Amino acid sequence: MKKIYPDARAALDGLTFDGMTVMSGGFGLCGIAENLIVALRDSGVKDLTVISNNAGVDDFGLGLLLQTRQIKKMISSYVGENKEFERQYLSGELELEFNPQGTLAERCRAGGAGIPGFYTKTGVGTLIAEGKEHKEFDGETYIMETGLVADLSIVKAWKGDEQGNLVFRKTARNFNPMMATAGKVTVAEVEEIVPLGSLDPDCIHTPGVYVQRLIKGEHEKRVEQRTVRQRETA
Amino acid sequence: MAWDRNQMAERAAKELEDGFYVNLGIGIPTLVANYIPDGVDVTLQSENGMLGMGPFPYDDEVDPDLINAGKQTITELRRTSYFSSADSFAMIRGGHIDLSILGAMEVSEKGDLANWMIPGKMVKGMGGAMDLVAGVKRVVVVMDHASKAGDPKLLHNCSLPLTGQQVVDMVITNLGVFEIDRGKGMKLTELAPGVTVDDVKAQTEANFEIAV
Repeated sequence: MKKIYPDARAALDGLTFDGMTVMSGGFGLCGIAENLIVALRDSGVKDLTVISNNAGVDDFGLGLLLQTRQIKKMISSYVGENKEFERQYLSGELELEFNPQGTLAERCRAGGAGIPGFYTKTGVGTLIAEGKEHKEFDGETYIMETGLVADLSIVKAWKGDEQGNLVFRKTARNFNPMMATAGKVTVAEVEEIVPLGSLDPDCIHTPGVYVQRLIKGEHEKRVEQRTVRQRETA
Repeated sequence: MAWDRNQMAERAAKELEDGFYVNLGIGIPTLVANYIPDGVDVTLQSENGMLGMGPFPYDDEVDPDLINAGKQTITELRRTSYFSSADSFAMIRGGHIDLSILGAMEVSEKGDLANWMIPGKMVKGMGGAMDLVAGVKRVVVVMDHASKAGDPKLLHNCSLPLTGQQVVDMVITNLGVFEIDRGKGMKLTELAPGVTVDDVKAQTEANFEIAV
């Protein structure tokens, strides 16, 4: 089975339908599937539930799908960088489910690992715990959270091979490995497709079994907050 | 005269111990990295998947794949390791991080913390804050003593939605330092230079013992 597709549009062909759930990797704008997000927008698919730690910025990343009102609901931990998101949410146009970041990461990991639920102490005594099962272990209270799966996961990696083996780079790894495991179909975009055998098998982050389709993307890699220090002048 | 932002960060840095793994929040807590005492070796954790966070890059070193939890560009160190968000929060939730220093909107006298939401007004989200306060061994809050409007932020009970219940061990404000016995109560243990106990009382709703 050939996993490599010519471009993002071709890689999503036949996978999208209205009302579907999509997991989208990345933290802020770091490690997001830039090309696949644009292709998802261009597919015209509507009423999406998007599971992503953040919601992009107004004109980049998932912000593109908010502009076109293709997202019905977001499951995220932090959306502070997107004004259009805040506007749509406060006006009731967009549903939002906040998850603590670690709970969101673990829900994706669990979903991909066939674990339907787990207990965590994160959020006990807060709004997050309302309506959830509480259980004591060794005198400490935990709440039950459920695993998440998606109809489609879109992830971004640094390098990949024709088998779908992926390697991420630095902090661009973030949510991508768990989301790759939790998609019924996972499409990955990489900066470089490398020959089979050139990735060290001991250093593959996401084994190819989790990746069904792969493209080489073109990445702008926009920086949200460029913070630098000055060299001391002699 | 009360402490300024940098002096609050400098005071918070005294809570760092040699060998600690530490997570610093956004805002004043980020400044704590500038005041790590000599001879104290700490490793900074960034919840987006990095241990061993280095300083901001020089202009020609900026790497879009290398950011901290505040989305700022940073650098790596020789000790650095990278990992996924699930591994990052396993570290946090599993109690492997020694200290978390973070900001707050409100703290109660029993150690409850509110710092993620103002209903109807601000919808940014909790990010990793709920996981951090639930899992990290020791939690230190650094915040202004009163709001910009002059309202107390150290309260009997938080009025805003909680980030965590009975999770704060210490609060450092511009006026002084409070130690909290989680679930029991708080005591004032230090005053900023020129600040009196009466100054603190005037800007505090929470009950506190005086131990200065």
